[in-house]
Amino acid sequence: MWWQILLFLVMSAVIVTGFITEAPQKQIGEASRIFYFHIPQAWLCVVAFAMSAFYSARFLKNRKLIDDDYALDTARLGFIFCLLATITGSIFAKVTWGSFWNWDPRQTSIFILLLIYGAFFALRSAVEDEDRRATLSAVYSIFAFVTVPFLVFVVPRMVTSLHPTDSVIDENLNFTMGVQVRSIFFSSLAAFSVLYFWMLSLTKRLNRLKRKQMTGAA
Amino acid sequence: MRKKSIALPASNAGLTNKVLAVYVKDLRLELRSRYGLNAIFMFGISSLTVISFSLGQAALSTKVLSALYWIVVLFSAMSAMAQVFVREEESGTAMALRLTTEPNAVYLGKLFFNLSLLVILVSVITPLFFIFTDAPVEGIVNFLLVMILGVLDLCAATTLIAAIIARASVKGALFAVLSFPILLPVLIVLVAATDKVWAGSSLAEVSKLLQFLLAYVVIMVTASLMLFKFVWED
Amino acid sequence: MLAIKVESLKKNFGERKVISSLNLEIRQGESVAITGPNGSGKTTLLKLLLALLRPSSGKVTYFDNDRVLSREELRHRISFVAPYLSLYDQLSAEENLQFFTAVRGRNITGKEIDSLLLRVGLEGRGMDLVSDYSTGMKQRLKYAVALSNKPDFLLIDEPSSGLDDSGKAMMTALIEEQRSGSIIIIATNEKEEYSLASQQCRLDQ
Repeated sequence: MWWQILLFLVMSAVIVTGFITEAPQKQIGEASRIFYFHIPQAWLCVVAFAMSAFYSARFLKNRKLIDDDYALDTARLGFIFCLLATITGSIFAKVTWGSFWNWDPRQTSIFILLLIYGAFFALRSAVEDEDRRATLSAVYSIFAFVTVPFLVFVVPRMVTSLHPTDSVIDENLNFTMGVQVRSIFFSSLAAFSVLYFWMLSLTKRLNRLKRKQMTGAA
Repeated sequence: MRKKSIALPASNAGLTNKVLAVYVKDLRLELRSRYGLNAIFMFGISSLTVISFSLGQAALSTKVLSALYWIVVLFSAMSAMAQVFVREEESGTAMALRLTTEPNAVYLGKLFFNLSLLVILVSVITPLFFIFTDAPVEGIVNFLLVMILGVLDLCAATTLIAAIIARASVKGALFAVLSFPILLPVLIVLVAATDKVWAGSSLAEVSKLLQFLLAYVVIMVTASLMLFKFVWED
Repeated sequence: MLAIKVESLKKNFGERKVISSLNLEIRQGESVAITGPNGSGKTTLLKLLLALLRPSSGKVTYFDNDRVLSREELRHRISFVAPYLSLYDQLSAEENLQFFTAVRGRNITGKEIDSLLLRVGLEGRGMDLVSDYSTGMKQRLKYAVALSNKPDFLLIDEPSSGLDDSGKAMMTALIEEQRSGSIIIIATNEKEEYSLASQQCRLDQ
């Protein structure tokens, strides 16, 4: 229980300090506060995807359908964070660049991640047999995950982008933020991550109970 | 461990023959039915004609031209690439194949077959594209290099997807739905690279993009080889 | 000494139990007829034996002199004939035979092809496309493909499916010939085919 209260306190603190302290980036100004929330969301979008690939691989190895449930759980959560990151990102784009959507490489990347999640759900609905659905979607999730490095790290660096790239680290891999900004940002990142893993453990528990009930009934 | 390392060379030699058997069989079936070839040619030529008619004499930037070129290739390829596996499942021959040979032989045979299909497609579409549009012929060697890498990328990414959808109960538009997100990063880079070589860039200037295209092929084929047996044997 | 060992094999499709806790041991020279009413799981059992389906629990193991055969080795030693197992329609009989030996990593000579076709009563029809064959001829060709492998394990679902009287006689002779050196498993509902095997395994609902 204590960590749930702590999580509540940290998140509240991040929200409050994120708005009352000085804006993290001088040139962009007030709008740059979104950085405290947008980046953790985008980060979790990739983490959730990695977790999905992890559970998929474990399913292919052990053939336990519960791992397939977990892969779906984390993909659903990832999809929510992906949507949030897309929305916050495009609000930021409207304020600073003048339009909600302009196919900036970063926007393209997150859009493709959304498409991958969508394709994953579409594939699952197209297979009736439970075991086969688990296998095919596990293979697709791993296969798609392999392309993420290309998507998130390579493409944005190959095509010119308006997205602030030096917000966390500069070219020499040094932190560019001041102590205050850094502490708010990393608190937020940690709080968001804990929130994700908490949500995941809840859905996992729910699925374990469902499986138990099913085998109990059969 | 020791046993494996001794058995490996022999089974590799065997694998080549098995891959070849699958490839030759598919080629022979294709020549007898011409299903895939007809589909990709009709699609490719129709879309080229549409582009040519609708653009008329308009002068287009190399950026637009390179995007059009890859759209034509991608959509024509999509019309036939899924067929290699769907045909086996629908005719009921997949079971016989599954019982008689190892999964990697099937995957590689199908990969090379798809590759041949695409090579035939681009070798017809590309000259026509140059005739119908004013894509610059200078720097053709650089363009061919980008094109070959692009064809390899398309095959590397879509052959496993074709195997996946052949085993799904509802196929429909699933092939495109599953392939696009995986192909989009490579398409962005392909269009950028083609644009640059048509605008007169040297190979050194696009080397980063070419490295990307090559890395993508290697990674996708490796991943496919690791994953294919799960799709095929389940 | 060849052997197949089936240990507490179970297969469920969703909630439905198709095979529940089956134990079976078959040794070289023995043959088994799997019998049972429609829907009792004969085909499912054959598919489990062929590793075309994954068991819900339990396992199937193939032995050669107490050595467990790997899936890869097994592919070279096992053959299957079934109504739902299709050959390539757009290839000729000879091309089918060539293909199915080549994907197993072997070569087949023209002489071998001729003798196989003669054996199943398809002599002179080797160059025809399989799509021009009748159901019975296709079934004969499936036997030829199965034999081309010189199988140690021969699994047959509905052996006489589509065969005329001379086809049935051919099939009976062929199974009797194979019986001593290999393990044969057939799934059938025809009473007269029970005698093709040395023992019966009856599946009930």
